[in-house]
Amino acid sequence: MPLFSIFDVSGSGMNAQSIRLNTTASNLANAENISSNPDEAYRARQPVFTTVMDNLTNNVAGVRVTKIVESNVPPRKEYAPSNPLADEQGYVYMPNVNSIEEMANMISASRSYQNNVEIMNTAKQMLLTTLRLGQ
Amino acid sequence: MPLSLNATLDIPARALQLRSQRAEVLAANMANADTPHYKAMDFDFSAMLQDAESSGASLNTTNPSHIKSIASDPSKVELMYRLPYQSSMDGNTVETEVEQAQFAENAVQYQAAFTLLNGRIKSLLTAIRGD
Repeated sequence: MPLFSIFDVSGSGMNAQSIRLNTTASNLANAENISSNPDEAYRARQPVFTTVMDNLTNNVAGVRVTKIVESNVPPRKEYAPSNPLADEQGYVYMPNVNSIEEMANMISASRSYQNNVEIMNTAKQMLLTTLRLGQ
Repeated sequence: MPLSLNATLDIPARALQLRSQRAEVLAANMANADTPHYKAMDFDFSAMLQDAESSGASLNTTNPSHIKSIASDPSKVELMYRLPYQSSMDGNTVETEVEQAQFAENAVQYQAAFTLLNGRIKSLLTAIRGD
């Protein structure tokens, strides 16, 4: 019954979107982490979404986060000689997190999550209707 | 008057099944709304239903390697890619508004097919009971 598999499909979508929200939260929480060398600086993380196919029916079965990639933008360098973490030249390194991008990402993720919830609710309504067939 | 149970119940039942299959396809589109390179899919409901109606004349296959007509396998639908109104940078063709509208329409049509099937079952029951 295809209606039951909607729960799996939308569930996988909700799961993927919540992972995306999670990485955004991690990026925003670490946005101000100062470090004394560029290799140690926190790098923004982003999940990679991949479509999952159902091998049996060859239909699309949902979405999955296959990996989480770190941004390769160089960390921001700031001159702060008074900072105890500054290196010999007086520089500290800030994470390459772009707060505006992250906020946009967060809103997009939460909207997509809501969409999946709506789909799941409608599918539930349809199934409950079908249970009343012939009554 | 001869009453054929198949003719009375088959088409609404098939419509209901196709509607639920379409709901699944649209749900998959929504779940993949942010997946790069994902292409939104859908199928032509009325064409699939017509296939089911004319399935009495479907081709018989005597060997598994013969190409079956789609109508001979009711669980298969002919999926097609949706043409997006606007293209996106990541190659994804899901437009959430379009999908939402289609899904809502499909849910209402599901209800309609259900009401039709339910009505037919009820009238059959009335005919059986005779009261």
